[in-house]
Amino acid sequence: MMHPALRSRFLRASKVTGTSASAAPPSARSVRRLLGQVSERPWASPEKVLVVVTLYGGNDGLSTVVPYDDGAYQDARPGLAYQVGEILDLGPGPGAGLGLNPAMTGLHALWRTGRLAIVQGVGYPNPSRSHFTSMDIWQTAAAAEPLYTGWLGRWLDLQEPADQDPLRAVSIGSVLPPMLAGERASGAAVPLGAMPLPGRLRAKDVARLGRPDAGDPVVESAVAASLCDFLTVRDTFDPVVRHWQQSTHGRRPDGGSLATQLDFVAACVQAGVSTRVYAVSLAGFDGHADAKPTQSSLLAEVDTAVSRFLGRLDGAATTPTVLIYSEFGRRVAANDSHGTDHGTAGPVLVAGPAVRGGCYGERPNLRDLHDGDLKFTTDFRSVYSALLDSVLDTEPARVLGSQFPRLALLCPRTTVPAHGGGSDQGDQHRRAREAALPGDG
Amino acid sequence: MTTDPRSDVAHLLRRACFGGLPEEIDAAAGDGYEATVQRLVERARDGSGERAHCLVKLEAELPMDSARTPEDRALVERQRGEQARQLAARWIDEMAWTQAPLLEKRTFFWHGHFATSVQKVTSAHLMLRQYETLRALGGGDFRSLVTELVRDPAMLLWLDADDNRRSSPNENLARELMELFTLGVGHYTDTDVREAARALTAVRYDARTGLTTLDAARHDRGPMTVLGVSSGFDDAALVALLVDRPQSPRFLVSRLWRRYVAPDEPSETATQRLLHAYGPRRDLTALLTALFLEPDFRSPAARRSLVKQPVEYVVGTLRSLGIRADHGPGQDRALLLSTLTALGQAPFSPPNVGGWPAGRAWLTASSAKVRLDFAHWAVRRGDIAAVRTASARSRATAAARLLGLDGWSRRTRAALDQVRRDPEALLVLALTSPEYLAN
Repeated sequence: MMHPALRSRFLRASKVTGTSASAAPPSARSVRRLLGQVSERPWASPEKVLVVVTLYGGNDGLSTVVPYDDGAYQDARPGLAYQVGEILDLGPGPGAGLGLNPAMTGLHALWRTGRLAIVQGVGYPNPSRSHFTSMDIWQTAAAAEPLYTGWLGRWLDLQEPADQDPLRAVSIGSVLPPMLAGERASGAAVPLGAMPLPGRLRAKDVARLGRPDAGDPVVESAVAASLCDFLTVRDTFDPVVRHWQQSTHGRRPDGGSLATQLDFVAACVQAGVSTRVYAVSLAGFDGHADAKPTQSSLLAEVDTAVSRFLGRLDGAATTPTVLIYSEFGRRVAANDSHGTDHGTAGPVLVAGPAVRGGCYGERPNLRDLHDGDLKFTTDFRSVYSALLDSVLDTEPARVLGSQFPRLALLCPRTTVPAHGGGSDQGDQHRRAREAALPGDG
Repeated sequence: MTTDPRSDVAHLLRRACFGGLPEEIDAAAGDGYEATVQRLVERARDGSGERAHCLVKLEAELPMDSARTPEDRALVERQRGEQARQLAARWIDEMAWTQAPLLEKRTFFWHGHFATSVQKVTSAHLMLRQYETLRALGGGDFRSLVTELVRDPAMLLWLDADDNRRSSPNENLARELMELFTLGVGHYTDTDVREAARALTAVRYDARTGLTTLDAARHDRGPMTVLGVSSGFDDAALVALLVDRPQSPRFLVSRLWRRYVAPDEPSETATQRLLHAYGPRRDLTALLTALFLEPDFRSPAARRSLVKQPVEYVVGTLRSLGIRADHGPGQDRALLLSTLTALGQAPFSPPNVGGWPAGRAWLTASSAKVRLDFAHWAVRRGDIAAVRTASARSRATAAARLLGLDGWSRRTRAALDQVRRDPEALLVLALTSPEYLAN
């Protein structure tokens, strides 16, 4: 638990959401606060957060959720296929014939307790085999025409006030992924470390520069606001970073492994930071050659990081939901270098205490391929729709432009405990979920 | 229009180029606004005839085809990555220190217009070739420029045009050609796109020879019907049809206006004057010259109405503080490129074929942090004697002059005066100030 003195720093540093009588835009408020003109205010931590895990490079879906008893799978991948004795079986029931990669023991445990949803064959029409274009399509949720804005950026655009609140969506790392960039609002990229001001600058020097000036034209006032936003982000996350670094017993964070990123996210959630969306990532999935050992160790990293993250937040006041996706799957047939080339559809995983565990969507047919690639069976925007609706409480069409069939990946809102229930309550929910496992296909 | 000639030419140098040094602004103010426009345009015309001198030194590319082992492939990928970084850093240096800044700025505009990314093309050599095309033809006949671009190897790889077969035409290049390069959305139908794709089936890039060829055997000879015209189009005939549609010059005027002048559309009278300058010869130099001479270009509404793009921000800062991008230690290059990447505008790596966004998209909280760190680096790395040697009381004014700004708002002056005893801190604040970020 966070030290009370630290908690009060958060309260001071945070912006009031929804309860404030002040009509001033957040940036003006944060300037006044920095200049010592605002007193402490109460602040509510969010009930639900979405954590997006992006796997860069094109994760091999068939080695993640393995159709081990499909003869076509074994035939297509001599030397690369997993055998029945190796995989973590998802059967009997909707996962019959499927197994998780042997490295995914933690996610397998989540599956058994009904906290892991596997959406099969996820993709989009006319698939691009370019990492770059396909990742752009996933992040902007625009499969036909390119869009400038990310899908979560457009969600930010819909929030009130229309002005930016840089804390609503945060990516861990130095670069803001396109998915968090909206037209009017953007998420903030928060480095995995303190954000010292360079040289001898002090926060109040920057705050003076960010003060609104009556004579400011549009651009200047936007620049001033961004300086204030930066200070707000820094004020909010620097104490979390420092506390988190202390709690790792002086070990320096390892420069950004997925486990470290998610540890930091857990620390932010536990500290009650007002952020609703976190984005983290892991790269290196582009297994053209000798793919098996590399992918196993990457999947092990995902598995450990995600299961530890959910474990840390078990019973927390804030309910996390984790989305795990990659820009495409791999070609069904292995190539000559014990790897696979760029492919199309792949599985998407959604994990967390509010998830209705099970298999969703139709299993792609390995005997009915298009140019050697899987045909997608579920549009990725159906997954986004479920998350927008159930985690972010937003009508999906307002973000995605049109309606996509919505998957019932999450428990209906009313059955999710708003404040981490005791273990009895948790068990009840788990049993309810197990009873409600959806069918396959 | 303001009557201060120094302010006018400083504005011109910021927009047409990457900003002026104090003595350049003084000299240009002495020459007068119109004469300065003419001089910038002439230098661009002279410069486009020569190769950019700092961009011709890339080593031969290791062939990807013959890399058989993972180690060989890693070696090729390392070389390609290194060359892509070299190329980007050299262009930044060229932008900052060229004798023809209007030329590099114009080439950067075309790079955003025909946005192609080395991330997919994976060859600095091909990106360099496209850059040279944009640079050499960007002030000529728009038709020649577009015709070269639909045959440009990097463009063909970028838009998957090599997969464009008669049996299953790939519509990617055809669509972007109409939507983003020549007409704008709404001035063609999906049927036009499909028909246009058929016209582009002959173009092939041969990686072995490095040449683009027109393969008559693969060409769909039509007839195809594009925008109501039926003919056996090839790529050049298709481009000729598109650029002579009445919507094309208007589309071009609007694109240039939004990047060079103001975030909104030009008035109809300004548009008419600009269309007249462009004329039947599709003269891009005449169009750009007319743009700078347009009264609205210097109007109070247009002043400071744009946000400095990251490349403009970084290049302008290098210029003002006398920093060479490609001549310092290796970590300087790494810092410059990581700054531009963190700000979202690394040259040769646009996010998608639509190019880079404009305006407030650049003003995020994280970019403020990146700018503070970059400004701190630049102030320590560069020449700040003009501010350091000024008396504490006049340092804010000296900083405005060094950065080519007319002056400061009351807010910024107060913020700068608070740190006036620390010239480094004062300049870091000046370089991250609202006035400096506005363009």
